[in-house]
Amino acid sequence: MVASGMGGIRTSGDLVARMEYAKHMRLNEAKEYVAKRLGVSVIDMADEVIMRELREEMGLGVVTAVPGCPRGIAAKMNIEKLLDIKINSCNKFREMLN
Amino acid sequence: MSFYTRLGDGKRVEMTKEEAWADMQAGTADAADMAEIPALSDDELDILYSIISADGRLVGVEPGHEVVLTYDIGQLDFTGDNGNSGNGVDMGRLEAALLHERALGADTFELAHSDYSIKPVKPVISMEMQTMEEIQDEIIAPYFYGAMPNMGLYYAPDGPYGNPADLMREFKIDESMASSEAASEHMARDIEFVGTKIMQAGADGFNFDTTASAGDADFVGVLKGVEALRAACPDAYINLGMAGESVMGIHGMMEYDGKIVAGMYPHQQCQLAAKAGADVFGAVVNTNTSKSLAWNLARSVTFVKECVKQCPIPVHVDMGMGVGGIPMAEVVPMDAVTRCNKAMVEIAKVDGV
Repeated sequence: MVASGMGGIRTSGDLVARMEYAKHMRLNEAKEYVAKRLGVSVIDMADEVIMRELREEMGLGVVTAVPGCPRGIAAKMNIEKLLDIKINSCNKFREMLN
Repeated sequence: MSFYTRLGDGKRVEMTKEEAWADMQAGTADAADMAEIPALSDDELDILYSIISADGRLVGVEPGHEVVLTYDIGQLDFTGDNGNSGNGVDMGRLEAALLHERALGADTFELAHSDYSIKPVKPVISMEMQTMEEIQDEIIAPYFYGAMPNMGLYYAPDGPYGNPADLMREFKIDESMASSEAASEHMARDIEFVGTKIMQAGADGFNFDTTASAGDADFVGVLKGVEALRAACPDAYINLGMAGESVMGIHGMMEYDGKIVAGMYPHQQCQLAAKAGADVFGAVVNTNTSKSLAWNLARSVTFVKECVKQCPIPVHVDMGMGVGGIPMAEVVPMDAVTRCNKAMVEIAKVDGV
């Protein structure tokens, strides 16, 4: 992670990973797509200082424990809307609702 | 003037520039010769040398060039024994997953059974499903289910099929091949069973770790299993990671998509992975413990660069103890890990690690 990683939910690595898997995007295409949806540059999307604030603002889940801040299914549902994708666990959650 | 570097067994040594260049040229030539692919150019070797000989203990990519990191063995890196290179810190799988996400910066993670193979998961699939449901409620990063296909478990004494090693020793070649084919089909059915069940529990996808460890029949079994899983779960994230740089021809004549898979290298393996329905391919190059980091890394980057060029899906190169140029040592030296990472990103242009 120190040498080359995006850091997952520290920045936007989880979001880029989703685009690689969900839409077969190569790395640069996935980063550009996510950066555009976040409204930041490709460099800023891997900046912990910028992304910590942005993730909390957008309800995408953050690395520190903030009471009331979406995590788990709630955060992933916000990620679905941000990236215009469907996430399997969110689908299962919706199926369980009456 | 010399600099500190490592051998493939992790031993720290000093090398001169001339020695490093000679090893890099030999390493890339070895890969090019084996796989009939282009060797690295002098410009690329120049970049590689600057990475290997850099002054700092750790090196890193430039800002903006970060890549996605995917994981295998799930929580076993914390809870496992040294057979899994684990730290032996017992904890629940929920805690381990959230620690990897929040403290270790994992871009993706996975749930794993402590007996980390497809066959042992079948009888405990219900438990794996309920754990997956529980953790998916809390985790944010993509969370896979991971297992090794490990087709060796389908052979006697662990499984129902004759062991090819025993049969071949008795010159029962036809029986050996038939046994491999049957085990391969059985494993493909088990992959479909385990994969579809875990997707029903809300998994983001499935990670196949060390595909083709039992040779060409193992590789074909996984490809057929991936095909079946893709058909049943069109939106599953499927990661297909290999066991070695070349598929062992234990059967010798196993085919997929009309091609004999024995002897395939990463740039060929990835095509079949994509054809079967995988989303990401994990290329593997094994480390030679007698050679230097310069030799091993030049060789690994050569294989992976061609794989990235030809692969229709993203490539996440496998990097760790004994793979991706990294020394074969239980506690891998960080100087080597960071150099290998940087080289794979900047020269091989991987989509992830």
